[in-house]
Amino acid sequence: MAVVAARSRKAKEALMAYAMLAPLLAVFAVFAYYPFYRLFQFALFQKFSNSDEERFVGFQGIWDNLSSDEFTSGLWTTLKFMLYTVPAGLVLGVLLATAAHRRLKGIKIFQTIFSSTIASSVAVSSVVFLTLINRQSGFFQNVEFLNLERTGSALRGVALSSVWQNIGLTFIIVLAGMQAIPEEINEAATLDGYGPIRRFFRVTVPMISPTLLFLAVVLVVQALQAYAQIELLTLGGPQGSTETLLYKITELQSRTDLQTGASFALGLFVLTLLISVGQFVMLNRRVHYDN
Amino acid sequence: MTTEPTPTTESTPTRRWRNLGWYVLLTALSILVLFPVYMTFIRAISGGAASLFQKKPSLLPVATDWSSFIDAFREGNLGAPLLRSLLVTAIIVVAQTVTSTMAAYAFAFLEFPLKKVLFALIMGTLLLPIEVTLIANVQTMFDLDLINVTDPTFGRTLTALTIPFLATALGVFLIRQGFLGIPHDLLDAARLDGYSDMAFLWKIAVPVTRPIVGSFIVISFLGAYNQYVWPRFAVKSNDYDTIQIALRNFLTDNPNQLNWGFAAALIAAVPVLVLLLVFQRQLVRGLTAGAVK
Repeated sequence: MAVVAARSRKAKEALMAYAMLAPLLAVFAVFAYYPFYRLFQFALFQKFSNSDEERFVGFQGIWDNLSSDEFTSGLWTTLKFMLYTVPAGLVLGVLLATAAHRRLKGIKIFQTIFSSTIASSVAVSSVVFLTLINRQSGFFQNVEFLNLERTGSALRGVALSSVWQNIGLTFIIVLAGMQAIPEEINEAATLDGYGPIRRFFRVTVPMISPTLLFLAVVLVVQALQAYAQIELLTLGGPQGSTETLLYKITELQSRTDLQTGASFALGLFVLTLLISVGQFVMLNRRVHYDN
Repeated sequence: MTTEPTPTTESTPTRRWRNLGWYVLLTALSILVLFPVYMTFIRAISGGAASLFQKKPSLLPVATDWSSFIDAFREGNLGAPLLRSLLVTAIIVVAQTVTSTMAAYAFAFLEFPLKKVLFALIMGTLLLPIEVTLIANVQTMFDLDLINVTDPTFGRTLTALTIPFLATALGVFLIRQGFLGIPHDLLDAARLDGYSDMAFLWKIAVPVTRPIVGSFIVISFLGAYNQYVWPRFAVKSNDYDTIQIALRNFLTDNPNQLNWGFAAALIAAVPVLVLLLVFQRQLVRGLTAGAVK
């Protein structure tokens, strides 16, 4: 009897659990798992505009797209965009957090100012940067380094608006990382005769390195997803020099382009996957090191 | 939890000079961070022609015209997209909170077959953001007649804007972390007192983890309100734009009135700025939940 009762209680608990997961899983089934399957479906079959006919192109077809100049140039632009935004974001975050992590009257005001750019969406920050780097009227219109109308520099101009937009996020996260460092560690380092600079490099930076790794991944993923800033500042130009992978994908939405678009999207997925796995491995290694 | 560096035992005048140095540095950095916003404001209140061509960059407004904020709001019809964005955001935030909370409860308190597999599957969706699945989701929306180029009704558009975001793995992760801090004994005791799972969830578990749920709500709001890529392709009529897309269209439709565009950008940022100032603590906790152990 008791066994039966326990079993039925277990079954009831499982049913309850599935019921509570059902709404979430339903949304994911239709808008995450199914589209993932569909990306493969699109990528494996070439459609033709004039008929319902489809031709199976297989993984060779996907690979052909991923080794095309179009994909590699998009990939290269995306990687360059990362290179412009991620290190700058980390350095600015550490700089601002170091300056604002101290006991001073009114420090909260400065902390609020440094956090404030998080209120700006990508679209808003792009428009904001038009006032600075627009070639006809921007405050820095003559700065060739950020020239939006030259192939060599346009991406840097776009990236700068993202760097600024990310200041709030990076500052908040790095500051929280610094505040979590136990005070005794800094005291001990001071007693050992560490000056402020040595303390920064030997204590602060190692202690916040997991935070910085987390932040780096957030910034990398944001770079992979950059879109609005490109559409608003350069429309991918000049001569396609600011077309990131995602930007190219959005241009490949017509029926006949789906095979290419889906292949590119799968390429973007693999990139996201590699970065996430990389983060996981590095975090795990660090945990082992701690133990 | 908050630890500020210890003040050292140095003489008062030295400390005063050092503090002054920090104030100077902090002020300089503040000016740097706020400069783009300042320029946007200055260009918004500069006359239309001045916003277009200005060979000599000026730090002060040129041909000052304070009406651009009102003009932008009226000409751009920004009121309606602002309200639509708030509606879309409200739906997404409420739905995400409910679906995440229920799923988090199942993972934190209940035992069931395939628990680990399902958790991994749900966390796996973090690798499938809307940017990756965009092409396929747009096709699905066409199939479901939720994106309709010839007849984009308000109902269709509202559904298309919200339905893919009614659930999020991030919420499950954050709220589950909070629930795991509740002793399992509490659930056993509540069950003996006749609480159902639902009653325990909403009357005990959620109130106890209110700070974490609150943090999630704030970052969920931020994400939903600031969305750009999906609305850009899901909305097929200017009549149903969200504020971010309305800002883009307003800007590109009025290339000769950039001052309006600048004013519109500042208007679009206001709701989030208010949220940030009111819920600063929750925002910080939500953003740093994954970063700091």
